[in-house]
Amino acid sequence: MKNDNWPLWEVFTQKRFGAPFEHAGNVHAPDKELALMNARDVYSRRNEATCIWVVPSDAITSSTPEDMGPFFEPSNDKIYRHPNFYKTPGASFE
Amino acid sequence: MLSTTEQELEKKFQERIDKGESIEAKDWMPERYRKQLIRMMGQHAHSEVVGMLPEGNWITRAPSLRRKCVLLAKVQDEAGHGLYIYSGTETLGISREQMLDELLAGKAKYSSIFNYPTLSWADIGAIGWLVDGAAIVNQTVLAKGSYGPYARAMVRICKEENFHHKQGYEILATLMKGTPEQRAMAQDSINRWWWPALMMFGPSDKDSPNSAELLRWKVKRYSNDELRQRFIDRTVPQAENIGLTLPDPDLKWNEERQHYEFGTINWNEFYEVINGNGICNKDRLKARRKAHEEGAWVREAANAYARKKSGETIAA
Amino acid sequence: MTNQEAIFEYCLRIGDTSLILGQRLAEWCGHGPILEEDIALTNISLDLIGQTRGFYDYACQVENKGRTEDDLAFLRNDRDYRNLLMAEQPNGDFGQTIFRQFLISSYYTLFFTALSKSNDETLAALAQKSLKEVNYHLRHSTEWMLRLGNGTEESARRMRTAVEELWMFTEDFFDMNDVDRILLQAGIGIDNSALRADWLHFAQDKMKEAGLLIPEKSFAIRGSREGKHTEHLGHILAEMQSLHRAHPGATW
Repeated sequence: MKNDNWPLWEVFTQKRFGAPFEHAGNVHAPDKELALMNARDVYSRRNEATCIWVVPSDAITSSTPEDMGPFFEPSNDKIYRHPNFYKTPGASFE
Repeated sequence: MLSTTEQELEKKFQERIDKGESIEAKDWMPERYRKQLIRMMGQHAHSEVVGMLPEGNWITRAPSLRRKCVLLAKVQDEAGHGLYIYSGTETLGISREQMLDELLAGKAKYSSIFNYPTLSWADIGAIGWLVDGAAIVNQTVLAKGSYGPYARAMVRICKEENFHHKQGYEILATLMKGTPEQRAMAQDSINRWWWPALMMFGPSDKDSPNSAELLRWKVKRYSNDELRQRFIDRTVPQAENIGLTLPDPDLKWNEERQHYEFGTINWNEFYEVINGNGICNKDRLKARRKAHEEGAWVREAANAYARKKSGETIAA
Repeated sequence: MTNQEAIFEYCLRIGDTSLILGQRLAEWCGHGPILEEDIALTNISLDLIGQTRGFYDYACQVENKGRTEDDLAFLRNDRDYRNLLMAEQPNGDFGQTIFRQFLISSYYTLFFTALSKSNDETLAALAQKSLKEVNYHLRHSTEWMLRLGNGTEESARRMRTAVEELWMFTEDFFDMNDVDRILLQAGIGIDNSALRADWLHFAQDKMKEAGLLIPEKSFAIRGSREGKHTEHLGHILAEMQSLHRAHPGATW
């Protein structure tokens, strides 16, 4: 039995220092070092990244569409978590 | 027969589509939607990868160092584009290996255009200008399609693809300003590539079995004929600008319709090429099979090494 | 020989080596063992041809006869090419391509590190830029050599064949002629032969990690400094130059 299929890795790139990491796509690779090199060659051909993460695809756990209601709606009504809830003229540092 | 729940789910699904919502990998979707997407995205990805071959044919002979770099970068982009789309398709529960197996077994289709041979350097210009031009018209629309992973891959691809189109036009413009031999080379190339490029949009909508469903699901946003017309309208003035004659005696501007009229496409040729009888079908698949088979020991070795290493880590 | 003439020759050597190796790697485009590797090899090829353009550009400036990069690439014959013999060796299988890349990239890493301290600012700048790229090429080829050397029985056997096929062209890296001596004295060029010990040490170490041994008996093939090549170069140039030469004076 041949074993020439490589596992899948998800690639996250940081566009500039300090910026958040964003999902760019995936690559196939036999191990993490090659995954990193493949991600570099595939997703930063145009100088798009200052740093790259690679994660085995099966290590990612995602919420499901069925979760959508119970997971996210409860935070809908907590408007006091947002700064514009407060009416304090002149107190902003921005 | 669909069960009631499935009917309901499908109704909700269609409502989401109609509202312009984007469908994500884990969302519920009708089985037909999933199948159609796998088919379309698979064909698209295969086209990118097989499409590397006709242009790759001229990399080692590019006539200047600048052209060599541009062509290399472009063909490399196509590998990247194939990869992005395979990557998007994998979210639908089919692996790249499965898709490749289908391609190599001759079961999957890819764009018929890549079964035509590249006979001169001007063909590299024609492919960039016409083939990538047609692809951009298609892909700009696909970038607004309903399936999120596909649409996102298209956004990235469109951004990268613009240079492909421009470099092709630049090659032809340069040839048309060159020696008589160069001009003849350019014209000959357009004579050969024009009609196959028009076929890239697929058969007329009345003969396209998948069109209605794909339009309803907003996988496609415009019909094949509309996109073909859009491409022709944009391309004719560009040909005139550099003195190329498009090989269609019926091509003329219709003031009333505000569109170009054009001659009859030879659909017989299209179906023959799609079904394996083009000049290069066999060579293209042979080349892909050879690369895959000769690469097997490399992929296996890397896996074996990874297993040994992880064994060591566990032992330690 | 003036310093300028020596610099011209020096730039040709570097530019020719990068071009011929880049051309060889470009042959892989569309035919690699997996899509990711197609993209990786093409990236290396693009880096190398980019290096060629930098060194050719400087060669044309110091020569000052109105020649262009394309004149150098497309209108010289094989006896005028100065690339390392290693660069023109056939791709063979993926293992051979990787091993060739490992040998040249490890040598180039030392070479460009030394050249980046050149008195000649242009050469120093070109070397610094190239060094960054070559460092990655070395990483890529070393990682692959480790995997193939230690992977399966088949891959290990193929790597041993690659060593047998290619090792004899390594001495050619370190030869020095008048060009080297003139530029070394002027603080422009580097002491090429002095790199040999470090290089051998490094190559031996990494090869050992990959389970590969340096052949005990190996007759050194050399001659690139004088444009004495293997038969392969003539075919590479015949293909590469055919279109350009078929239309003399044309613009592309």
